[in-house]
Amino acid sequence: MAVVLCATPFSPYRELEAYQRNLEAGKFGATAVFVGTMRDLNLGDAITRMTLEHYPGMAERRLREIAGEAHLRWDLLDVLVIHRVGEIHPNDSIVLVAAWAAHRGPAFDACRYIVEGLKHSAPFWKKEASPHGERWVESNTPS
Amino acid sequence: MTIRVRYFASLREKMGRIEDTLVAEDIATVADVWKVVGGGLPLPEHILCAVNMEYAEPHTGVSEGDEVAFFPPVTGG
Repeated sequence: MAVVLCATPFSPYRELEAYQRNLEAGKFGATAVFVGTMRDLNLGDAITRMTLEHYPGMAERRLREIAGEAHLRWDLLDVLVIHRVGEIHPNDSIVLVAAWAAHRGPAFDACRYIVEGLKHSAPFWKKEASPHGERWVESNTPS
Repeated sequence: MTIRVRYFASLREKMGRIEDTLVAEDIATVADVWKVVGGGLPLPEHILCAVNMEYAEPHTGVSEGDEVAFFPPVTGG
C-alpha cells in the first residue's frame, strides 16, 4: 500500500503502470482506478487555477487509515493513493486511487470506498481563481 | 500546559495566522482551547477539529504537548 502527496504535476497512468510492475504477477485479476482531474468550470464560473492546501501529516495519516479500513473490509492485494497539493491548473490530475484484487467486486468497492472516504475526511482544501477573484470551495459535490 | 493550535484554509485566513502556542493551566478540552484563541466568538458550527491529527469533538480532552487543529469542511479529491 502506498500513499503519496505530490507537489508537482503527475501522470496517474504512468504511476499506475510503474506501481503495478512491482506487484506479484499472476495474483491480481482486477484493478479499479479512479482519477480526479481539475475542470475549468465551477458554479458557472471559468476557473483558471486552483490551490490545494492540506494539513501535512494528518492528510497522509487519514489517507493511510482509509486505505487500511478498505484492506480490512475487502480482500485486496494492494492500494495506491496519490493526491496533488499546491497550485494546479485545468486538466491536471488531482487524485489517483487504485485498488488491486483477485476479482472486480472488491476492487471496485474498495476504490469507491477510498475515494468517498478521502472526499469526506482527508484534510485538503481547494481555493479556486475565478474571474471574480479567489474563493474557497465550500463543499464537495455529493457524488 | 503547552498546546500548539493550528488553523487551515478559510479559517486560517479569518484568524489571520497559521498557528498559536498556548501556555495555560486551565485548559481541559478542545472547547477550552477555542475559548482562548477564538476571540470571544463561539466555535462556528461547521468548523471541524482534530487533536494530534485525529478528528476530535469540542469535548475531547487535551493534554500537555498536544496539537489541536481547527478547519472548515474538507474539499479534496
